[in-house]
Amino acid sequence: MTEIEEHGGVATASAADAPTEQLPPVPPGPGSAAGPDGDGAVGRLSSLETRDLSAWFGDHKVLERVSLTMAPGEVTALIGPSGCGKSTYLRILNRMHEMVKSAQLAGQVLLDGADIYSPGRRPADIRARVGMVFQRPNPFPAMSIYDNVVSGLKLAGIRANKARRDELVETSLTQAGLWIEVRNRLRAPGGALSGGQQQRLCIARSLAVEPDVLLMDEPCSALDPTSTRRVEETIADLRGRLTIVIVTHNMQQAARVSQSCAFFLATHDTPGRIVEAGPTRQLFEDPQDERTSDYVNGRFG
Amino acid sequence: MTLIDIATSSGATGEGTAYLDAATGQVRVRPGAITTADIGTLAGAAVGALGLVWLVYERIMPWSGALGFWLCWYVMFLVFYWGIARTQWEARHVREKLAAAMFTGAGVFVLVVLVDLIAYVGWRGEKAIGHGNFLTTDMQKTGPLDGLNSGGILHAMIGSLEQLGLATLFAVPLGIAAAVFMSEIGGRLARPVRTVVTAMTALPSIVAGLFVLGSVILTLGYDRSGFAASLALTVMMMPIVTRAAEVVIRIVPNTLREASYALGGSQWRTVWNVVLPTARSGLTTAVLLGMARAVGETSPVLLTAGFSSGKNSNPFSGQQVSLPLYVWNYVRYPQENMKIRAFGGALVLMAIVMILFVAARMAGGRRPGELSRRRRRQMARDRVRIAATHPARPQAPAVTPAPTAAAIIHPEPEPAS
Repeated sequence: MTEIEEHGGVATASAADAPTEQLPPVPPGPGSAAGPDGDGAVGRLSSLETRDLSAWFGDHKVLERVSLTMAPGEVTALIGPSGCGKSTYLRILNRMHEMVKSAQLAGQVLLDGADIYSPGRRPADIRARVGMVFQRPNPFPAMSIYDNVVSGLKLAGIRANKARRDELVETSLTQAGLWIEVRNRLRAPGGALSGGQQQRLCIARSLAVEPDVLLMDEPCSALDPTSTRRVEETIADLRGRLTIVIVTHNMQQAARVSQSCAFFLATHDTPGRIVEAGPTRQLFEDPQDERTSDYVNGRFG
Repeated sequence: MTLIDIATSSGATGEGTAYLDAATGQVRVRPGAITTADIGTLAGAAVGALGLVWLVYERIMPWSGALGFWLCWYVMFLVFYWGIARTQWEARHVREKLAAAMFTGAGVFVLVVLVDLIAYVGWRGEKAIGHGNFLTTDMQKTGPLDGLNSGGILHAMIGSLEQLGLATLFAVPLGIAAAVFMSEIGGRLARPVRTVVTAMTALPSIVAGLFVLGSVILTLGYDRSGFAASLALTVMMMPIVTRAAEVVIRIVPNTLREASYALGGSQWRTVWNVVLPTARSGLTTAVLLGMARAVGETSPVLLTAGFSSGKNSNPFSGQQVSLPLYVWNYVRYPQENMKIRAFGGALVLMAIVMILFVAARMAGGRRPGELSRRRRRQMARDRVRIAATHPARPQAPAVTPAPTAAAIIHPEPEPAS
């Protein structure tokens, strides 16, 4: 921590102009809930908010009073160095945090204003509304591409007739940008696809249960640049249709895909907390905090 | 293609061959190939050792016996091999060759023993199998002095298959359920369960027989029958299925369970739809291991099934013989024909095991990647359906126009927006 602050004084001098040269244009209008493309907005969009959220693994505190609002229909990026608690934060948002036995938390997670941790709410129902895409593509190897896409129905115990399933497979795969590539081999095993295709299959699988929110935990970190581009295009397509929260180590990616951004930071003796959050453009071009400026300009982390 | 031995040109290692590729004019080298020097060394050592051991056994010492002869030969072969190799190659290389020869020798030894075993049973049993009545009749009307054209093993085959089928029916659901409990649910009880199951894998089979004899037959008053035998076999099978199934369920990646939970799946549905199908091939092996154990058991069957020389297809009533019991019973007769019948029974037992294994492999052993015939049919139907609905049907809404095939292969750079 002290090192960062020492460098910080030097860093800020150049920080103001540095990002503008390397950043691609950032889409305008964070805060406008409908999103830029009105055509894709179907149904209502859900908002997600955390209030004073803290988390522990056993006695080890990993998050300290995180308050953040993720606007409906927007892409919110969580950035920060490894071990700053952003993945934990993401897993709290769909109750995957409690899969670890020693996990505890305090504070509120509000999905459309209602706390998802209030007593009586079933984790499975929350997870069906808040989907998740993982770091490593994990299609079910025993299932075909087709079955992978509709696996959410089976797992959640939703019955659907054949025509409905066919339609769902097509729309989900189209939304995930994979339909054209796989439509002639839908019964081939999901594991036979390339890494990038597998990840888009996982996105399609999450979309097939028609979630209100999609969480993505470093979805491109195991992919090559071309596949990364395809996944980013998919995220751009999905914007405005559902609320997306993405954790990424790649700051260019955060700048490309997100409208809002939150910078997490932890040190060896303090738990992770949000240093700065706001519109992505502001965070990258005019960060208010020295540490944010250092991080987005690649001076640490 | 001229073969050039590069042992001479490449010096000490003596590995690899090279030949002139006429088409390109290049010398193609196969560094891993077996050279004439390799074969010569092996053959020389083998023949030399054989000669020396023969001389010692037949001419010098008063020793005899095939086992000792071949043991001495193997030891001498290794010594000769080392000696001959040492004259050509450096020490480290020779050590490697010698180790390879020893391991190959061990593998060949196991194979020879196995083939010998099967061949011996086949040779002894072949006379019985040759008679058509052997597979189609029972021993009801056959006495010890009757020829091989009378009597057979039909009743024992029926008994074996019924007892094994019932035992599999009981043991597999129990075993897999226990494995799912230990690996997926766990908790405080998992450890003692695992300990007990592990201990049960080492249970002497006669104890399993005694247990069923004491509990089902003597206490509950149930008659000796195929059903009672299948209970004893279940006791033998279940721990093996459980242990093997637990291992294969454990290696299902946790990321798949997470993916299932993240889709809103309950634990039960995750196990049923994701974990067990992913582990299917391994579970088949687990079941096979259990069946292989059960099909050859004699002592629990001896105590619980009784013995009958006639056909009894009802496992729930009356005594019922199985193949191992048939073999055990008739091989003790002094008459040669009875012994031949016993070996014939053993041969059929081995054949049944092999058929079961092949059938189970075909049914459940498909690797996750392979397509079943049903899947291929579905794929063909999909093509027809998609061809019918496209391109008449517009692509689902997308911000950018739906990518063409060309655009996927060569995506154009576009402004991020």
